[in-house]
Amino acid sequence: MLAFLTARLLTMIASLLVASLVIFIMLDLVPGDPASLMLGLNATPEALAALREQLGLDGPWPQRYLAWIAGLLRGDFGLSYTYRVPVSGLIIERLAISLPLALYALGLTVVIAFPVGMIAAATRRSWGDVSIMGLTQLGIAMPNFWFAIQLQVLFALVLRWLPAGSFPGWQDGLWPALTALTLPAIALALPQASILARVMRSSVLETLHQDYMRSARAKGLSAAGALVKHGLRNALIPVLTILGLQFAFLLAGAIIIENVFYLSGLGNLVFKAISQRDLIVVRSCVMVLVFAVIAVNTLVDLTYGLVDPRLRKH
Amino acid sequence: MRRIFALQFPTRTLAASLMLAGASLGMAQAQTSATIGMQLEPPHLDPTAGAAAAIDEVVYANVFEGLTRYRSDGSVAPALAESWDISDDGLTYTFHLHAGVTFHDGSALNAEDVKFSLDRARAEDSTNAQKALFAGIEAVEAVDDTTVKVTLSAPDGAFVTKMAWGDAVILAPESVEQAATAPVGSGPFKFDRWVRGDRVELVRNPDYWGDAVALESATFKFISDPNAAFAAVMAGDIDAFPGYPAPETLAAFEADPRFDVVVGSTEGETILSTNNKAEALSDVRVREAIAHAINRQEIIDGAMFGFGTPIGTHFAPHNPDYVDLTGQSNYDPERSKELLKAAGYENGLTLTLKLPPPSYARRGGEIVAAQLRAVGIETEISNLEWAQWLEQVFRGKDFDLTIVSHTEPMDINIYARPGYYFQYDKAEFQDLMKALDVEADPAKRSALLKQAQKMIADDYVNGYLFQLARAGVVNAKLKGLWQNAPTQANDLTAVHWQ
Repeated sequence: MLAFLTARLLTMIASLLVASLVIFIMLDLVPGDPASLMLGLNATPEALAALREQLGLDGPWPQRYLAWIAGLLRGDFGLSYTYRVPVSGLIIERLAISLPLALYALGLTVVIAFPVGMIAAATRRSWGDVSIMGLTQLGIAMPNFWFAIQLQVLFALVLRWLPAGSFPGWQDGLWPALTALTLPAIALALPQASILARVMRSSVLETLHQDYMRSARAKGLSAAGALVKHGLRNALIPVLTILGLQFAFLLAGAIIIENVFYLSGLGNLVFKAISQRDLIVVRSCVMVLVFAVIAVNTLVDLTYGLVDPRLRKH
Repeated sequence: MRRIFALQFPTRTLAASLMLAGASLGMAQAQTSATIGMQLEPPHLDPTAGAAAAIDEVVYANVFEGLTRYRSDGSVAPALAESWDISDDGLTYTFHLHAGVTFHDGSALNAEDVKFSLDRARAEDSTNAQKALFAGIEAVEAVDDTTVKVTLSAPDGAFVTKMAWGDAVILAPESVEQAATAPVGSGPFKFDRWVRGDRVELVRNPDYWGDAVALESATFKFISDPNAAFAAVMAGDIDAFPGYPAPETLAAFEADPRFDVVVGSTEGETILSTNNKAEALSDVRVREAIAHAINRQEIIDGAMFGFGTPIGTHFAPHNPDYVDLTGQSNYDPERSKELLKAAGYENGLTLTLKLPPPSYARRGGEIVAAQLRAVGIETEISNLEWAQWLEQVFRGKDFDLTIVSHTEPMDINIYARPGYYFQYDKAEFQDLMKALDVEADPAKRSALLKQAQKMIADDYVNGYLFQLARAGVVNAKLKGLWQNAPTQANDLTAVHWQ
């Protein structure tokens, strides 16, 4: 188990290093000068030169790369070019929205997908299964921004049950924050739940035909009992894989939904930073996301071990 | 000595507002706060170190003040300077400051702060986006606490107007470092808090030297997505959205008695900018052909939902010195074809058309391309991000045509810079601008400005499309916002609930 953990950790560090280099070089190649973007059409060349120097935009790239990595290791993400405040503060501010939103959406995904997938598998080929499969197909096909706008119009503008957008912050208590995140979380969760339910269904169906399931039934367990006690654990492996990927997507890919509900999450920060050529923010955000993805994947790998003892050996 | 109290460019308001009669459905309790929607978030809040319009849209007149200020009709009024004297040779301006003005941190605002601010803006290492405003200043002297003497190197008839820009506001040396993140000004509102990516909150300054404002607090909320902007206004999260980004939904607000739709004009001349040094376009006949190929109303209707005023030169139509030259470049495709033939392009011509992100450019570009195709000019459209546009078009001058709105007030002088991206190089025009710089007599200035407008129209330097309109949605009970935008600002000093 220890060797397994060490190997995972080393892979993780190597991936992070490679990712940081790729991110840095790619962003360095992007055309566009942050200084001229900030000073606009009437700026004089001297003013531009002064700002470029102030921002530390001059110098060869290996030097700037090393300075950046050294800063990251010290926990210093640098100063945003445009906002002129520490990048770490910006990211933490955004994570206070994006992380709860991703977790909320992930929770909804699981709560919807697990029972729906199992019911579909248990009632295979019945009208229930067929309609569930049809609905999940619809859930995947439907553009999520469109679905988000429909939710917003119905629940916020017409019925006025929930706020149309914006995030009040956590200082006013849990309830206003949660209500503000409910519509975005549903909009994010539904397509993911549709995917996960289908994976769940086929995974459960596969385990249903395994020999140990037949043995479980033979020793007197009911169909449902055998499924919960023996089948579910085995069916969870592919589901966990998908879930890990989905979490990464929900954290980084919520930008369209963030836009619809005017939430200022991490996706929004990255998007604005790219268009303003606030490269230091882009770099750091992408690194945080890469770290999150790699960490979640490592975690999922470790969970395999918990769910299935056979995998610990490898 | 002439003592001048006000107005440099009195401007007649464009009465284009579509006010709605009808009862409002709002709540009865007295409201003392307002939430203003903005499409773009300011990168930081120091108006003296950045060009982003969003900075001034938050802080101008609210947090920061200059010696003078713009009023909603475009005229210039005294602000921190209650009056000023101009020496007979036009070289020395003596500003008399209001006494007893304090910054938000309690420190006094005196002549030394004015000297500091002006010197900082014109210093060698200055990052002021409008450094040219201060180029004519030779010396600034704090005579006593409330008197500042500014000496110019040459007379400048527009100097008092220049001091009204947001880039010329007065900051204190002690708090200048934090202007970007937590600005300390002298205005009627104090900076309270900035939730980045979401909103900036201001509160009333109880120690304000001038008339107290009606609002106790104000919030600027940043919503970039047009759909989200619609939802936010409809849901009542936003009380006013002056630069409303979804004009296609304005009809819904016009029909709703809870809202007023306000249409005003801006300083944004939207032009089909033309590279005067590009091979085909260096021929004035080709540029004239392009001008006659353009149907302005079709672009305004198709790209701007009908909001916008056609222009025939680089000048704001609401300015009293504006000359309507649209007739000179009227829509006449037959004339275009003749001119192209005369220039040797009867077999067609292909030009690049590089478009920045705003919808006036992207939507307008498609229409312009179709109009040009009708006279035999093919365009290769490429959509650029702002950063790419600045790099390729503005700095690299690697383009034939582009569409952009020049939003700075009174910016016809850009035609006197031969190295400016559209590369118009004409000695007569440059002389004209030099003459204008030193002319203080209003009648002569007006004549020079008219001559300048005519000259660039005669040379068909750029395709002149329309003056950018600003369409906004406002809660019907919220009064006092600017209708027009003579400078980029959301002046909240007169805003109140009815």
